[in-house]
Amino acid sequence: MAMAAENLVDENPNIAEHKIIARDVSVYYGEAQALKSVALDIGRNQVTSLIGPSGCGKSTFLRCLNRMNDVIDGCRVVGDITLDGEDIYDPKLDVVQLRARVGMVFQKPNPFPKSIYDNIAYGPRIHGLGEAKADTDEIVERSLTRAGLWKEVKDRLDKPGTGLSGGQQQRLCIARAIAVNPEVILMDEPCSALDPIATARIEELIDELRENFTIVIVTHSMQQAARVSQRTAFFHLGDLVECGDTQQLFTNPNDERTQGYITGRFG
Amino acid sequence: MPNGTEHIVSSFDSELQELNQIIVRMGGMAESMLATAIDALVKRDSDLAKKVIESDKEVDVLEKAADEAAVNLIALRQPMANDLREVVAALKIASDIERIGDLAKNVAKRTIALNQTPPTRPAYAIPRMANLVQSIMKDTLDAYVERDSDRAVDVWHRDEEVDEMYTGLFRELLTYMMEDPRNITPSTHLLFIAKNIERMGDHATNIAENIYYLATGDQLDGRRPKGDTTSFQVVEPSDDESDAAARAPQENGE
Repeated sequence: MAMAAENLVDENPNIAEHKIIARDVSVYYGEAQALKSVALDIGRNQVTSLIGPSGCGKSTFLRCLNRMNDVIDGCRVVGDITLDGEDIYDPKLDVVQLRARVGMVFQKPNPFPKSIYDNIAYGPRIHGLGEAKADTDEIVERSLTRAGLWKEVKDRLDKPGTGLSGGQQQRLCIARAIAVNPEVILMDEPCSALDPIATARIEELIDELRENFTIVIVTHSMQQAARVSQRTAFFHLGDLVECGDTQQLFTNPNDERTQGYITGRFG
Repeated sequence: MPNGTEHIVSSFDSELQELNQIIVRMGGMAESMLATAIDALVKRDSDLAKKVIESDKEVDVLEKAADEAAVNLIALRQPMANDLREVVAALKIASDIERIGDLAKNVAKRTIALNQTPPTRPAYAIPRMANLVQSIMKDTLDAYVERDSDRAVDVWHRDEEVDEMYTGLFRELLTYMMEDPRNITPSTHLLFIAKNIERMGDHATNIAENIYYLATGDQLDGRRPKGDTTSFQVVEPSDDESDAAARAPQENGE
């Protein structure tokens, strides 16, 4: 089953083109295998979307990319995942450092119960960026500007982040993720709790962020995957069924399971 | 459904099916319009020709219905993959069939005009060509119903034969016109009728291309062989024997 997908990845992936290269990645929760020998390349400065029915392994795969699975009891990850050619499962690797390079945005906006300013400044501070107040100020402004939130909040930076609207909170979380200068941003259904306008803002933002970051997004909305990503990977029952150009995958998929899922025939 | 398995939302299936049925009905109507128009031509039956002109309105109504159904499907269902191709192909096929209907209507109109001139030498090739186009249209519609890409390719190639017949007719009708200027009016109508039928064949090949895309997701590439060379054709009256005889003394200097 994984064969079909394997045919779509290079035998010798090019590190210049691919930010993350995953090979033969399997994940077990205790006895249960959640991901079966997945091989997937994540293109540099591209948006890659992961789609599939609930429980297909897409979020599990996403969480492998910054070792968020480490914190789940009984979860075991095998296989190779490299970030710029560097093994991220190397025991000597500093996981905190890895998560600074590979940031994450979650389904529900989860700002810290702190001021808008501190939400952004928190990460840079613990990572030793922006020692001086002026530096921190600059990081806060730049991150909020990049996340398209600066104009809306610049006059109330001392107000709690939790007081913002849902869409603003999510953009605050994106600003917080990019404040530490990550290279990759992982997004786990970042719009599923937002209304269509806030969703459109986030999608526009994702497209802009692509210039500076590599983005991997898990989404339940196929239209969203079609709109924001350049490449799409379809997972089903722990297998990576198919990965290809988004345009091709949504107009003429190779695998029948992909076709069945995206046309609403199963899932 | 031609796609095998059904959608989770069953009304999506019935909407696609409805669009499908509109196309098939349109195709059937256009096919019978051509048959009736040729029948009217052969029998010099103006009443029959008028029926063809009337029925074109129904094809136009169906085309609007197909457009509406397709636009609604896109807006309300956001079809993907083969469903999307289904809708896009239906839109294009509907417009080709509508054109075929228009051309059949034009054949009927010219038949009425022809019936006002005295009967001339019949162009036997026209009904023959029409039969061929009709069978191409029938196969095209069958290929559509069955989503049969092989059959679509087959139809696509057969248009060459129509083009060749048209080229033959073109020469034949020019010869009649040269023989006697009184033949010019009826022959011109016949020539346009032949051209209309040849155009129907072209629309049928467009439909075949869309069926291929619908079934496979790929475009039929490569240029289709063309048998219509009339665009470059020149027929000189000097081919005529009497002309040649008249000129011969001068040319030979005798």
